[in-house]
Amino acid sequence: MIKSILEKFSLEKNSSVMLVFAAVVLSAPIWLTPFGANYPDLLQKFAIFGIFAIGFNILFGLTGYLSFGHAVFLGVGSYTAVWVFKLFTMNVLPAVMLSVAIAAVFALLIGYISLRRSGIYFSILTLALAQMSYNLAYSVLTPITSGETGLQLSSEDPRYIDSLLGAGVQEGLPATNFFGMSMSGYSGFYFCAIFLILAFYISLKIFRSPYGLKLIAIKSNQKRMLYTGFNTRPYLLSAFVISGMFAGLAGGLMAATDPLAGAERMQWTASGEVVLMTILGGSGTLIGPLLGVGVIKYFENIFSALNETSLREIFNFLPDVVADFLVSITHVFVGEGWHLTLGILFMLVVIFLPGGIMQGVGIFTRYYKKKMTELKSERSVEKGKSQ
Amino acid sequence: MSIVLEIKGVNKTFGGLKALTDVNLKIEEGKTHAIIGPNGAGKSTLLNCCIGKLIPDSGSVTFNGQDMIGKQPYEINHAGMVRVFQTPEIFPELSLLENVVIPALAKRDGIFKFNPFKMLSNETEIHDQAMRALADVGLDKFHQKNAGSISRGDKRRLELAMGLIQNPTLLLLDEPTAGMARHDTNQTIDLLKKIKDRGMTKIIIEHDMHVVFSLADHISVLAQGCIIASGTPDEIRNNPKVKEAYLGETEDE
Repeated sequence: MIKSILEKFSLEKNSSVMLVFAAVVLSAPIWLTPFGANYPDLLQKFAIFGIFAIGFNILFGLTGYLSFGHAVFLGVGSYTAVWVFKLFTMNVLPAVMLSVAIAAVFALLIGYISLRRSGIYFSILTLALAQMSYNLAYSVLTPITSGETGLQLSSEDPRYIDSLLGAGVQEGLPATNFFGMSMSGYSGFYFCAIFLILAFYISLKIFRSPYGLKLIAIKSNQKRMLYTGFNTRPYLLSAFVISGMFAGLAGGLMAATDPLAGAERMQWTASGEVVLMTILGGSGTLIGPLLGVGVIKYFENIFSALNETSLREIFNFLPDVVADFLVSITHVFVGEGWHLTLGILFMLVVIFLPGGIMQGVGIFTRYYKKKMTELKSERSVEKGKSQ
Repeated sequence: MSIVLEIKGVNKTFGGLKALTDVNLKIEEGKTHAIIGPNGAGKSTLLNCCIGKLIPDSGSVTFNGQDMIGKQPYEINHAGMVRVFQTPEIFPELSLLENVVIPALAKRDGIFKFNPFKMLSNETEIHDQAMRALADVGLDKFHQKNAGSISRGDKRRLELAMGLIQNPTLLLLDEPTAGMARHDTNQTIDLLKKIKDRGMTKIIIEHDMHVVFSLADHISVLAQGCIIASGTPDEIRNNPKVKEAYLGETEDE
């Protein structure tokens, strides 16, 4: 029985991949416990940035077009969601849906302009447009974005739909919810996790479709594509818009779990972060960007929280002299210094594994398979001898 | 015989250099038409004017009754004119099979089709078609190999398969045997003869006289941007002007 199930199981099949993925994501609060990363806030971040990176990977991983302004769509998604909370309802579903739609409009505009160029010029154009959007959000558009303070909920917000449904006046600010389910804590994580699974499914479908193959071919040889009979512009623009929509979804979810939006979410450092995540994990692979998100968010939240006292606790099984020595070296790399560790890690990965962590995983599995077949053949030889 | 491609009074200058002067050519359906000429005679320029890479200063290029000037490369491809490049233009990161699947998809899907929810592995018809095209050029055994890892001769054969799978009305071959060993050259000649039996019209630009005389039905000689002679292989062989401009030099060597 179990054997026949295992035989039917193949990573070639979408259903098998999705089953494993969903199981891993939904059980994250359990298997992340030993790493000290099982608290809802961090789990939500994993899921939200996972969606962001999966979307970015559809553009960068498949077509090779490196956008340096993807955080714009994240910001747009957040602003949209908060406005929906302010104007209509605290239910997160309409907010998230509208975030995706508005991000798509922005992606269409920015993509249409930037995709007139390729390579470094495309990257510069996206970066320039993103910084422009950031500065607009920070200054001129203050009536919409509240500029420096950031867009927040207030008790005077109309919330037309909620008041129509007779939610009544509450004490203090209302909280976001999904038909009554709270968006903080684990329920918030599961809400985001469902979207992560959905986003991964769409990405999987695209990777394994003729459309996905054409996108990879554009990365490989765009000139050839033109002479083969493809107009590459609509392919690139559609990929750009899809990845912008993923970023909008991530931004919407960010606001859903914590209803405020600030201009700094659109800054170029935020755009750079998703580039780092994707490259660190392995661009152009399905899982790679998620691994990148895991590593970077883990460092940002766990490594940065370590300090000298916690290091001393780790090393206290050693003699005092040795422990002191180790602490004096390692404390540079944790706490405030987590960026240093991340930088070194990023350098090592880019130099030795240009294909990211996924390349390392690939090398390891090939080595393991080789060892296994060697072991098998050795055994069969021994059997032959004994007979 | 109907005319597939008609080039009328085409002129092209680069700066002060006259690359093409009043070029007239008619390509008949089902024929293999060779364009020969010494280096710098304007052969590649002429080809580039046909496929939309260059726009001639004056003159017209008519393919199947359609004006081709100013058209995008992908539009020209869908009109039925396919080019095989001199330096292999393939997708080096993809497998041989995928390299051939892509032009097959172009033929079926047109210049743009958004189908992200179709499974590539379910496209059995395209897959079989691609395997047949690879078998035609003798590469079906290596269909899972990376296209970047195969030899130059194999890359050229692969590109030929990429052109053939689209079943074009007119195939433009830019020096299909340049840089190939004699053995590979003969294989390519056999392959091109096989295609000829299918009735596909071809233009071949070539230096190698062995290739030209074993394949062409009709030869045009280009020298310094002008067509100096046009005729059957025998007529060209005996034309004194051609001997002077081109063949004479090679005989002396």
